[in-house]
Amino acid sequence: MSHLDSLISEDIIAYLNTQENKSFLRFITCGSVDDGKSTLIGRLLYDSKLIYEDQLAAIEKDSKKSGTQGDKVDLALLVDGLAAEREQGITIDVAYRFFSTDRRKFIVADTPGHEQYTRNMATGASTADVAILLIDCRHGVQVQTRRHAYITSLLGIKKVVVAINKMDLNGFDQKVFNDIEIEFRQFAKALNFDDITCIPMSALEGDNVTTRSDNAPWYRGPTLLEYLETVNVDTDTLDHPFRLPVQWVNRPNLDFRGFAGTVASGTVSAGDGIIVIPSGKRSTVKSIVTYDGELEHAREDQAVTLTLDDEIDISRGDIICKKDDPIAQADQCQAHILWMNDNNMYPGRQYLFKFNNKTVPGSIMTLKHLVDVNDLSEKVGRTLALNEVGVCQMSLSHPVAFDTYVDNRHTGSFIVIDRQTNATVGVGMLDFALRRASNVVWQDLDVSKTERASQKNQKAVVLWFTGLSGCGKSTIANLVEKKLLDLGRHTFTLDGDNVRHGLCRDLGFTQADRVENIRRIGEVAKLMIDSGLITLTSFISPFRSERRMARRLVDKDEFIEIFIDTPLEVCEERDAKGLYARARRGEIRNFTGINSPYQKPKRADIHIKTVETSAEAAAERIVKYLDDRGYLGAGQFDGGPAVYTRGRLTKMSEMDVVALAESMGIEVSVGNPKADTIRKILNKQG
Amino acid sequence: MTMLNEFISQAENLADRKGQSLSTISRKLLNDGKGIARLKQGGQLEVKTLENAIGRLQDLVAELDAGPFKNLTHLDRLESESIHIMREVVAQCENPVMLYSVGKDSSVMLHLAEKAFHPSPPPFPLMHVDTTWKFGEMTRFRDRRAGEVGMELIVHINEEGRAQGVGPFTHGSAVHTDIMKTQALKQALDKYQFDAAFGGARRDEEKSRAKERIFSFRTGQHRWDAKNQRPELWNIYNTRVFKGESMRVFPMSNWTELDIWQYIYKEDIQIPGLYLSAERPVVNYDGTLIMVDDDRVPLKELGLTPEMKMVRFRTLGCYPLTGAVESGATTLPEVIQEMLLATTSERQGRIIDSDADASMEKKKEEGYF
Repeated sequence: MSHLDSLISEDIIAYLNTQENKSFLRFITCGSVDDGKSTLIGRLLYDSKLIYEDQLAAIEKDSKKSGTQGDKVDLALLVDGLAAEREQGITIDVAYRFFSTDRRKFIVADTPGHEQYTRNMATGASTADVAILLIDCRHGVQVQTRRHAYITSLLGIKKVVVAINKMDLNGFDQKVFNDIEIEFRQFAKALNFDDITCIPMSALEGDNVTTRSDNAPWYRGPTLLEYLETVNVDTDTLDHPFRLPVQWVNRPNLDFRGFAGTVASGTVSAGDGIIVIPSGKRSTVKSIVTYDGELEHAREDQAVTLTLDDEIDISRGDIICKKDDPIAQADQCQAHILWMNDNNMYPGRQYLFKFNNKTVPGSIMTLKHLVDVNDLSEKVGRTLALNEVGVCQMSLSHPVAFDTYVDNRHTGSFIVIDRQTNATVGVGMLDFALRRASNVVWQDLDVSKTERASQKNQKAVVLWFTGLSGCGKSTIANLVEKKLLDLGRHTFTLDGDNVRHGLCRDLGFTQADRVENIRRIGEVAKLMIDSGLITLTSFISPFRSERRMARRLVDKDEFIEIFIDTPLEVCEERDAKGLYARARRGEIRNFTGINSPYQKPKRADIHIKTVETSAEAAAERIVKYLDDRGYLGAGQFDGGPAVYTRGRLTKMSEMDVVALAESMGIEVSVGNPKADTIRKILNKQG
Repeated sequence: MTMLNEFISQAENLADRKGQSLSTISRKLLNDGKGIARLKQGGQLEVKTLENAIGRLQDLVAELDAGPFKNLTHLDRLESESIHIMREVVAQCENPVMLYSVGKDSSVMLHLAEKAFHPSPPPFPLMHVDTTWKFGEMTRFRDRRAGEVGMELIVHINEEGRAQGVGPFTHGSAVHTDIMKTQALKQALDKYQFDAAFGGARRDEEKSRAKERIFSFRTGQHRWDAKNQRPELWNIYNTRVFKGESMRVFPMSNWTELDIWQYIYKEDIQIPGLYLSAERPVVNYDGTLIMVDDDRVPLKELGLTPEMKMVRFRTLGCYPLTGAVESGATTLPEVIQEMLLATTSERQGRIIDSDADASMEKKKEEGYF
């Protein structure tokens, strides 16, 4: 393997240092079996001196056995891989080839041109930045040329080289070349390429591949290799919006919480304000962590780990954006889907859709139409078969954050997975959202729940009472609410009466309805929390998983599970509403404790055994629990000023401070009343 | 003199701006970490060397001036891709493992894993399938590195094969490799129920590997079905398997041998000393230079006498199956230099490949990595 570089033998270290800074290009070659595609790649490998002598000897041997070039070395044999297809004389899959020059390293996706293998070409094109479309100059623009060009554009490649090959067979006739170029450009107008470069060449003889041909003096453009070495694909999209799909959360210890992922587009710097989708939480980039030390900046395609200034909840599947340019989300969208499996796609069937960092179940609702890859015409169809492309409307079980594929290949693409076989059966490119799941992001309101709650001199929290029917939940909850009200706190109670008659009127008592009931209550409780209220909910909520669901809707310290533990016999004996008796008579189905299970909390925050405690004592215990943990702020609960010595005074509203100061005979200063006055109050209290 | 002082102060300025130590800058400019320190103490340089260094300094300053979002080099991109793949496995698979062969590719893979999960240690164990015929130095290197990185090391040996005394000299390379390597690997994967196994294989190694997927699906019997591989588009990998099935994952698929060496050089990655030339006892066994690594070589039966020769190894495996090359390359740059000037491909040192045409493909179908 000899790069013709005298530095290698003279100063290897200098050579290595220069080679460290090569750039990188991935491209695909497409053409039919006869266009000379394998020969072209073989030529690039051969001319860049990347073939070892033993490989060459093996090819020379094979050339005699199966080659098509008589006594000449058949360069195509360098690139044809699997044994079976070597005998057939065609390539049947995507093969990746590598070569490099002193300026660039190249990865070539060798994608076959055979009729059936649209999917292989799409595979190769998905990671390529440039496509080389081969045209046999004797045949001009063929049906398959159009197909290749369409797939190239469908997969979002913007830069295309049209290699008009076998020009040696017509003596490099400029007219032939021009005619093909005009025809190609004409039809490619519909394909949105940024850049089309046509090159007359002979891959077999090497003209205009790596060396300029003397046979086509009329051609003044670059050779293929010159083009490949200089085309800029690196910085095209750095000005796109920043997207970091979170791949993995790195938590080596309690002090470090990093969000690892590969930057999908744009750039980010330490100190930038960010927003997390879908939660809408905001923070600031604290640091960009790598093994080699912290970075000030990171850009598209770098695999990094971000840490943030605030401890906000972020997990795999989220996308971190800059706060002024968040990604959209939707649960219904339109996409171009290319089918890749022998089993057809049928609208309505359930599949898994895997996006950059998130997998969600869903289905294709409608197949709007198929696209004929040969002439781009639209056809009506009810199903997509292998290698067919269709415009589809999808419905997903959860919203996903996405950009359109045209804007961003990383956040606008997905694969379709069959749930029965786990096979990748299709791939898709998102066109647009059909319905926004939420209008971009949650409003990040200027007034937060913390502020609302502190105005009420409390911390918002859900007191989630659970227990059997008749266990005393509502009785205790009512007592608690009354005590809190007496203390001047703002509360609200959700119970069967105000929920079952309205919000959840459409729900019965089956397991599914119970789950939905609790989900709605959880969501309403969450809104109450956002408004700063201490919210009491009093429902049987028999299933652990639903209680867990409700708990997860709110922040960690905003949920207190209170288990009102009354034995079934006691409840049944009390039977205030006569329900147990009716259930026993079979008049009520799915009655918890009788013919529907109650899953006791394993670790309730507060566990009240009513056979040992009076309702009054239980309520007092709950209020004390709240006060001990700071939910009631600083206030009058204990009565008297003693409470202020606990250091919680700063949580008081300004008005309360002033009022207290005045009651203690302290003069309130004008400049900064709160801080100053607090100091005086504390001093006076010693 | 002013030129030299100017150079020193610009270099210091550069170190400052880049947040790198002066010795790092010194290495970049003078291929010598202590070079600038020496100049500061009054050392001198040849004019030509200084001119070269100033040229490099200007390049580095220009790069820095070009803005914070530099172009990524090919090694940057390869590294990012590998890290992305590793993180995807850890996020999606239940029980991954890294197959560690102790060779240079494994060394790079381990280094990439450290980078991917920093500051955590890589969250999976290393597993070495030990054929019991590895070079002794490989075993020592393996144990030391696993400890340094802080990963669990699983060493698996096909005990049945060991009990039967299977070895390359008695059973031939094909049987030995099948029993002690291919079968042993299957045993280990079955035993620990790994659903994803990282391997260091690269697509440029051999023709049939050029179309291997990065996430290569294996059946419950560990078979690779060339015709039934999942399409792999963008960087979205389908990692789903049913119980018993697994994935072989090749995070370095797109690296070439030259990339590996450049990266080892650039990142200063530890590799076993066997890659560097030293005086070693070797015999010519069936046309290949074999190192006499221990007393299991049947010298008497073969009528061979070891000779001391300056040799190094281009690949590492079972010592009786790994051909040594005579070489004077005792440093990493010299090895790379030889490799670049060489005219035979890397895998030729491996006896397993020359058995039959497309032999690797057959082995892969049977479960060889």
